[in-house]
Amino acid sequence: MSEEPPPRSRQDLDRRLRDAKARRGGRKADGQGDPRDGGLAFAVRIGVDLVAALAVGVGIGVLLDRWLGTSPWFLLLFFVLGAAAGMLNVYRVMAGFGYTVGYRKPGQDAKQNQDSRPEGDSKDD
Amino acid sequence: MAASGDHGEGQSPLSQFEIKEIVPIKLGGLDVSFTNSSLVMVIAVALTASFFLLGMRRGALVPGRWQSAAEIVYEFVAGLFRDTVGHEGRQYFPVVFTLFMFILIGNMLGMIPFSFTFTSHIIVTFAMAAVVFIGVTVLGFAKHGLRFFSFFVPPGAPVILWPLLIPIEVISYLSRPVSLSVRLFANMLAGHTLLKVIAGFVPLLGVALGVLPLALVVALTGLEFLIAFLQAYVFAILTCLYIHDALHMH
Repeated sequence: MSEEPPPRSRQDLDRRLRDAKARRGGRKADGQGDPRDGGLAFAVRIGVDLVAALAVGVGIGVLLDRWLGTSPWFLLLFFVLGAAAGMLNVYRVMAGFGYTVGYRKPGQDAKQNQDSRPEGDSKDD
Repeated sequence: MAASGDHGEGQSPLSQFEIKEIVPIKLGGLDVSFTNSSLVMVIAVALTASFFLLGMRRGALVPGRWQSAAEIVYEFVAGLFRDTVGHEGRQYFPVVFTLFMFILIGNMLGMIPFSFTFTSHIIVTFAMAAVVFIGVTVLGFAKHGLRFFSFFVPPGAPVILWPLLIPIEVISYLSRPVSLSVRLFANMLAGHTLLKVIAGFVPLLGVALGVLPLALVVALTGLEFLIAFLQAYVFAILTCLYIHDALHMH
């Protein structure tokens, strides 16, 4: 119900729109790179990532052993590899790489491909 | 199995996840019965479809309430997709949108008392995660051919370490569908079980003390709604990131 003189309100609206857009873009950019916001959700995420890779490694090891009849050697090997992969997953999340396979942050390759993602998310490293 | 069917007092907190056949169907040797799980899935699809089809039926320039709601949901997922995948991946947007809506509506339907949460079954979430995983892998191969395998070689690593690093990367890649499906399934399973367990304390503690677990159940129900949305969001955003990965390899 606030009736303001049009020129002022239009400028104001422009400014507020710009602000809102910047805010929205900025929040999106680091909200997606930085998983450390919700405590419990983050813990579940880390735990699942750690265990999932380990489970996959053990699964591969058991299957290879059953196929080649070399029990328990592949299981032992892939248990260690799976544990390493789990650590790698957790490291990627913690270091802000997100879930990408590789060692580059999502923002960085967005820059080199002409992606329109707003930058300035260096807060999370 | 003592408590199957009736909602009496001795009901186990896990009986809410029981699959019950509604229309038994046998196809060859396979059991493809129409169960309560399938029923809720059909309801979810019907709800989603009618929400958008009926909401956008008029397609007014100045949207009404229903159309606004449909547009907000669309804009939300479209914005998410634009921010994570970018414009090159636009033709894969329907997949992400469908997954998001299916999981969201499925989680929300599960919040209705005496209803069924199909996302609390790992076979359902794993099927969706497997579709995403296979789709993304095929997309990566189609886009990059054999160069796709360079995905698994960490840049700058000495060649001597490749035999060690490549299996680790491959396992890390293979663990994606597992963690994607387990995250959604575990959240829904744990949340709903916790609700039932806490709610079971209410009659046990009587009127005076029962107020405490009752308050907790109310709070947890709110939290469950948040988780129901959040997990659909996480599933969608991870799908987006995987598609982005497959499109632009490092």
